[in-house]
Amino acid sequence: MPELSFENNTYPLDKQESVLECLHRNGIAIPSSCLSGVCQSCMMRSVQGDPPEVAQKGLKDTWRSQGFFLACQCRTDESLSVARTDNADLRVKATLTSIKALSQNVIEVRMQPEQPIDYRPGQFMNFVLDDGVIRSYSVASVPALHEQLEFHVALMPNGKMSGWLENEASPGDSISLQGPMGSCFYTPNNSQQPLLLVGTGTGLAPLYGIVRDALQAGHDAPIHLFHGSVEESGLYHVEVLQQLAEEHAHFSYTPCTLKPGKNSEIECGDISELALKQYPDLKGWRVFLCGHPDTVKILQRKVFMAGANMNDILADAFLPSQQ
Amino acid sequence: MSSLFEEIGGEAAVDAAVNVFYRIVLADERINHFFEDTDMERQAAKQKAFLTFAFGGPNNYSGKDMRAAHAPLVEKGLNEGHFNAVAEDLTQALQELNVPENLIDQVIATAASTKNDVLGL
Repeated sequence: MPELSFENNTYPLDKQESVLECLHRNGIAIPSSCLSGVCQSCMMRSVQGDPPEVAQKGLKDTWRSQGFFLACQCRTDESLSVARTDNADLRVKATLTSIKALSQNVIEVRMQPEQPIDYRPGQFMNFVLDDGVIRSYSVASVPALHEQLEFHVALMPNGKMSGWLENEASPGDSISLQGPMGSCFYTPNNSQQPLLLVGTGTGLAPLYGIVRDALQAGHDAPIHLFHGSVEESGLYHVEVLQQLAEEHAHFSYTPCTLKPGKNSEIECGDISELALKQYPDLKGWRVFLCGHPDTVKILQRKVFMAGANMNDILADAFLPSQQ
Repeated sequence: MSSLFEEIGGEAAVDAAVNVFYRIVLADERINHFFEDTDMERQAAKQKAFLTFAFGGPNNYSGKDMRAAHAPLVEKGLNEGHFNAVAEDLTQALQELNVPENLIDQVIATAASTKNDVLGL
């Protein structure tokens, strides 16, 4: 049986279990969140032995070559010797500058990192608290327009991070950031390609960043953003986006809710059906999908069947934290 | 003499074929229930690896992996009829992409060589 060496101890490593599960089973606390190989909260470093390729998916080349890997995805039949990552290498301190409500259950959080972070709007970063709580949030700001970082945080019942931000944190407080991560962002390689963006809930954050990034880059082709929620109270930035659509003739914005509401400017219906009804042929389009994992999954398939190519479908499913 | 892979058009042809082929497979009522819960990005990556192999390109084909990957589907009833449906879909995709018939035959012959591994025979 392969063995896992960690901090002067050795543990038998079952082939079926991940390095993270093995360490947790032995009472060792390693931060983690999505358990799906996406959020990178559980990153560790292999000191001896090669982690499997799947455990290094999505990591920067420079990190791979140093043996960094994701403990939740690392299942192997070879023995490994692993270490905690030196957080200073991975994280940047930031100071909160403002926290304000955008709707009943979404807050906007702005912060100033202590050193510049090279990111693309639409990527996500991890917020890390001193007690080890880690959560992922998408960046809504645009480097060319904003000095500070902007995030939209959904308030979760008993949410460890959102609760802290809503009730305890105040401007001037410090937080650690890890990242950026993810490949759901705009690239200015084809400004003639129409863009469809569909998001639910705080899936608007990356899309809001991507839209402004594309407009800033001078994207010429039509850009259409659909933002959906169950009820009107879940929508936010409606006026801001309507204003943006007025300023840019080739940008359109459709807010929609699953349940009927009072505002006649907000469409009612299933967001994937509304988007596909308006755009039944997506051949040649680039599509961005963010938010609820089930909606993202349904849309991925629908837009692909409607003609968008796999490489032109960029998705960011917001996986709930498992911790 | 150029290889089949080069004749078909290399990696760019594989990328184009993945989109056309996968779309036909997902619309094919005979087999699309096997793909209901799959992660599309991962599945597309697998399709690409498979087509690179079928096109005679550089690949890491392993009969053992193929067998293991399809074992859960065999348990759900994957049989020769489904295998043949996939082969038909692949033929249709290549025809849509205007691949010459003699090359299509070579691709299908290579794909057919995986049959025992896919069906766990």
